[in-house]
Amino acid sequence: MSTSITARGRALRLVYVYVAAAAAVIALAAVLLSFSGFSVANAADAAWRGAFGSADAVLSSTLVRSIPFMLLGTAVALAFRVGVFNIGGDGQFLIGAALATSVALAPWSMPGWVHLILALGAGAAGGALWGLIPALLRRRWGVFEVLSTLMMNFVAVHVISYLVRGPLQEPTRIYPQSSTFAEGVRLPSVLDGTRLHVGIYLAIVICVLGWIWLFSRESGLRARLTGANPIAAESAGRIDTARTSFRVFIVSAALCGLAGSVEVLGVTFALYENLSPGYGFVGVAVALLAALHPLGVLASAVVLAAIDAGAGAMQRDAGIPSVTAWAVQALLVLAVLAGRALVNRARAQDVPRTPVTA
Amino acid sequence: MDWVTALLEATVRAATPLALAALGELLIERGGQINIGLEGSVLAGALGAAIVAEPLGAHAGLLGGAAAGALIGALFAVFTIALRTDQIITGTALTLLVLGTTGALARTLFSERGIALTLPMLPVNPIPGLQSIPVLGPALFAQPYIAYFAVLLAIGIHWWLTRTHAGLALRAVGESRENARVAGIQVDRVQWAAVLVGSLLAGISGAVLVLAQSGTFVEGMSAGRGFIAIAIVALGRWRPLPVLLAALLFGATTAAQYTAQTFGWTMPYQVFLAAPYLATLIVLFLSARRLSPASLSQRGPSLA
Repeated sequence: MSTSITARGRALRLVYVYVAAAAAVIALAAVLLSFSGFSVANAADAAWRGAFGSADAVLSSTLVRSIPFMLLGTAVALAFRVGVFNIGGDGQFLIGAALATSVALAPWSMPGWVHLILALGAGAAGGALWGLIPALLRRRWGVFEVLSTLMMNFVAVHVISYLVRGPLQEPTRIYPQSSTFAEGVRLPSVLDGTRLHVGIYLAIVICVLGWIWLFSRESGLRARLTGANPIAAESAGRIDTARTSFRVFIVSAALCGLAGSVEVLGVTFALYENLSPGYGFVGVAVALLAALHPLGVLASAVVLAAIDAGAGAMQRDAGIPSVTAWAVQALLVLAVLAGRALVNRARAQDVPRTPVTA
Repeated sequence: MDWVTALLEATVRAATPLALAALGELLIERGGQINIGLEGSVLAGALGAAIVAEPLGAHAGLLGGAAAGALIGALFAVFTIALRTDQIITGTALTLLVLGTTGALARTLFSERGIALTLPMLPVNPIPGLQSIPVLGPALFAQPYIAYFAVLLAIGIHWWLTRTHAGLALRAVGESRENARVAGIQVDRVQWAAVLVGSLLAGISGAVLVLAQSGTFVEGMSAGRGFIAIAIVALGRWRPLPVLLAALLFGATTAAQYTAQTFGWTMPYQVFLAAPYLATLIVLFLSARRLSPASLSQRGPSLA
């Protein structure tokens, strides 16, 4: 955004922040592991093999996990850019997954790819619908979206709990989950023999489209101005900030719903409870590490997915609890937050701040 | 009318930790912050209580929970107050951090023994006289002392907010940091205090889950109660006594779920569970921004 001569200096300082944050987190993780009596060498070895060590690890583990992270990360990045704190990613993800499931299980005779596109569309529509309520509450009545989206998450969890024990339960009525989708309504894999499905293309396209829209389209500029300073955008820029943030809110929610549909159509092939182990939160972490930049989301989604995949392998091979992944992801976010805050503070003392830094 | 007593008793039991966490979040929000990391404080409090209670007993466990909750609060304050990071992102990251850390710690500390962890629990402290009131007595006045503490705390916070200079200072900061600063209030110090005390209460809330309800520690056992507390604060419109009632409502829906199942009602029990969140949404809609502390929804410094 900023075209001033300090832009390169800023980018360089950001690189320092990320390197320092990564080094700090790795050092801290090593200290904690050895303190808990684990071999750091074994752990590092297992983590590397689990995340990047083989083609299968990269394709079937890391990249598969990165797909929902990319979509949710883009959703959060766009929303936060415009000043909408959509932390309802979990709920929108679940409702998207539920609608996609009901479409995927519908006994329609049509080509598989048409059925798939309908199911994906249903997912996006479901997410948008779930986001519509907090978006309307915000636009018309000024209800703070952090609270309303949080409520919608809980309601969604109970809706799913009802659906998998009611209308969408599998026919034997034993397990709280839906039937498994037919072969034709599953996202095909990119390479035979791997679990990597074509959702990866969709996710990458969405990130790139988000980048183009945000930085090369007039409405994207309006969104950034609204997020940077709504009062100035309204008075000096003649931007309808309420409408701008409402629209971005809905798009963000639709992307979360799309993520849910991609997950059921590409990975689980069925709807069940606990489909989202806190994906909404991971989306916030992805977006923050990416500095709310849609292309950065591509990278940070892969990094956080690799941490997940590596932790899975650490549990199998070195006996280290896989939940450690969350702690490492969180530490990375906190380290970057702290690093950026310190850099910004130093910058504020020597360079006068430009009004739009986003 | 046995089931009425059972329902009421279960309601109060479920509501106690919710009320404690919500009163904590109320203090934080009245000071103009919103702490999504409260969930982390509740969970940390549960683990802290488990670690301390095992060798030292249930009462010490409460203190352990309080300390663990306050520790997470201190992290939140360092980031959001000292470093001025975004509250939503910081709180989210802290909750994630605690989920991961407590999970790993619990597995290394407890699960290698091969037997389920059994912890000392808080005894019930019946209030003489009151407990023999028919129906209500055994439900309301035969609870662990921490339940009575929650009620007294709500009254105390109400008094403190409305009748003391310190309470006024907290509310002033919540309405406008700038104006409060001009009026000579040390804004950062007030917010630090609110976050620490609020998170300490959230830690006690987690301790209550362990020491008065389950008697063990389970990974992720806070199960969203920190977030529910945020809902309760909104439902109670940022006032201590209505917040106490809102906590009872949320407790009642948990209790009603089991009662409904016992009676074999055909209504999906998820309706009960979802109802308080819908009620909160409706209250948010009816009261909109008017009654929440003004600076709560203002943006922090630029995120990108």
